[in-house]
Amino acid sequence: MNTVVFAETNSEGKFRKSAAESVSYAKHIAGMAGGRVVAVTFGASEPGDLSRYGADEIANLTDKELTRFSPEIWAQALSEAAQGEVHILPHSNDGASMAPFLALKRDAALVTGAIAYPSAVSPLRVKRNAFSGKGIMEVAVEGERAVLTVMPNSVGKKESGSQSEITEKSMHLDVPKVTVKSQELTQGKVDVKEANVVVSAGRGLKGPENWGMIEELSELLNGATACSKPVSDMGWRPHSEHVGQTGKTIAPDLYIAIGISGAIQHLAGVNGSKNIVVINSDPDAPFFQAADYGIVGDLFKVVPQLIAELKKYHIQNG
Amino acid sequence: MNVLVCISQVPDTTAKIEFTDGNRAFDTTGISFVINPYDEFGLTRAIWLQERQGARITAVTVGDASVEPSLRKALALGADDAIRIDAEPRDSYQVANELAALVEAGKYDLVITGKESIDYNGGAVPGFLAAMLNWPFVNGCIQLEIEGRKASAQREIDGGREVVGFPLPAVIAGQKGLVEERDLKIPSMRGIVMARKKPLTVKEPLGTQAKTQAEGFERPASKSAVTLIDADRLDELIKCLHEEVKVI
Repeated sequence: MNTVVFAETNSEGKFRKSAAESVSYAKHIAGMAGGRVVAVTFGASEPGDLSRYGADEIANLTDKELTRFSPEIWAQALSEAAQGEVHILPHSNDGASMAPFLALKRDAALVTGAIAYPSAVSPLRVKRNAFSGKGIMEVAVEGERAVLTVMPNSVGKKESGSQSEITEKSMHLDVPKVTVKSQELTQGKVDVKEANVVVSAGRGLKGPENWGMIEELSELLNGATACSKPVSDMGWRPHSEHVGQTGKTIAPDLYIAIGISGAIQHLAGVNGSKNIVVINSDPDAPFFQAADYGIVGDLFKVVPQLIAELKKYHIQNG
Repeated sequence: MNVLVCISQVPDTTAKIEFTDGNRAFDTTGISFVINPYDEFGLTRAIWLQERQGARITAVTVGDASVEPSLRKALALGADDAIRIDAEPRDSYQVANELAALVEAGKYDLVITGKESIDYNGGAVPGFLAAMLNWPFVNGCIQLEIEGRKASAQREIDGGREVVGFPLPAVIAGQKGLVEERDLKIPSMRGIVMARKKPLTVKEPLGTQAKTQAEGFERPASKSAVTLIDADRLDELIKCLHEEVKVI
């Protein structure tokens, strides 16, 4: 049984963190079921970077049509570049968008939002996110073929040091049905779904003009910024930063919630975080019950102090 | 222009989720249900197309009679008619296949859905539907304009956003931005009365088989007690971030 991975790159052709995670995931499946791991990537600048996560073959597709996202064309390219029974994609915007197209092409069952390694492979059984993080659902696949999207930061990456056969391929692809007219990329920023650290703030910040310290704290931790629903609804921050039940679901190593009370709708999207730090002036804020570390205090004092302590730490430790 | 709006009935966002039947089913006891928030953005955008560009709206859902209140609400908000496909939804493939048959038998120019439902979070019905119909697909849509047979839209992609163009018919999967939270309406009294007279048709399903099976549910592990750190001793937090959380 071969496992095919979609290894996602950014606009500069560098692998996203999800690429290493997806290959590690596929390697785990190969360990359970045997077979090869084939990573397919589009225009990667250093395709060999994936070797150490266990890819037996890395197919780098160089078609210029693949530089712009198209769910049906990306699915076509992935389907034609490699043959396998199981396909692993990241549960990112692009991975989740193309997955149904791929599943239909491969006549495969689709499971989205996996949060763990499969508990069985034939037939495939895996746990996935449900009720926007309020529940976990175990799903069994009918049949031999499956397309699986895996939540970023859920199982992590694992080095297994194998040699890869690296090939460059190009193919005849259809014309996309949707034309991209322009693109606006958030350069240099860590993606909130992939970030190890997410610094998030809520209404307690009192206004968008106070976000400077949130961004500074996030930069010091090499993290991403996020916000609660009311903050995005009031237009203080872009919708793309909204985490929670009706926003993005995230699972970073560290989630810092500043001035967010912790309503059930917010907790749903962030309770997969490995560690949660809550900073709130209200000792009765429900978020403290879901936190690992809590600081009761005025965020306008605590956050600048935390920034100062972090700077001190960085200076002492290089 | 005929617009098909696909809606899903989901637990209210404030609902506490419990499981029953030996953790094999979602416990609906005491749960109040709403139109899936992502679908409500789509429905609201469709109503604008109706008000401003004379579109005709059909709301559809796949489910048993218990999901009809959400269709009635869609009618009260402005949908012209509603269809319930009488099948128990089991997975995205099955639901999309039932919807695709409906679209192929009708004369729709645009299908609007939410980008995912907040209950099972598959996020795959819109993509499956577009793939089955072989129509253009815009996922994570945050803006939509229609002019004649041409459409332009904005979508969220990994690392940014894009402006895209495509011909109708097409499938759109919306999220916040397609309309804003403040644009969402509650049904008026007149709307509710009118809704009772609007047609709600029950259609027999094709009987598509699902490709996946739910085996069981669990609740996420709860956290142990919080460690409180004094606001004047943030050096202790830094120490934890370094030694225990290991992010610095």
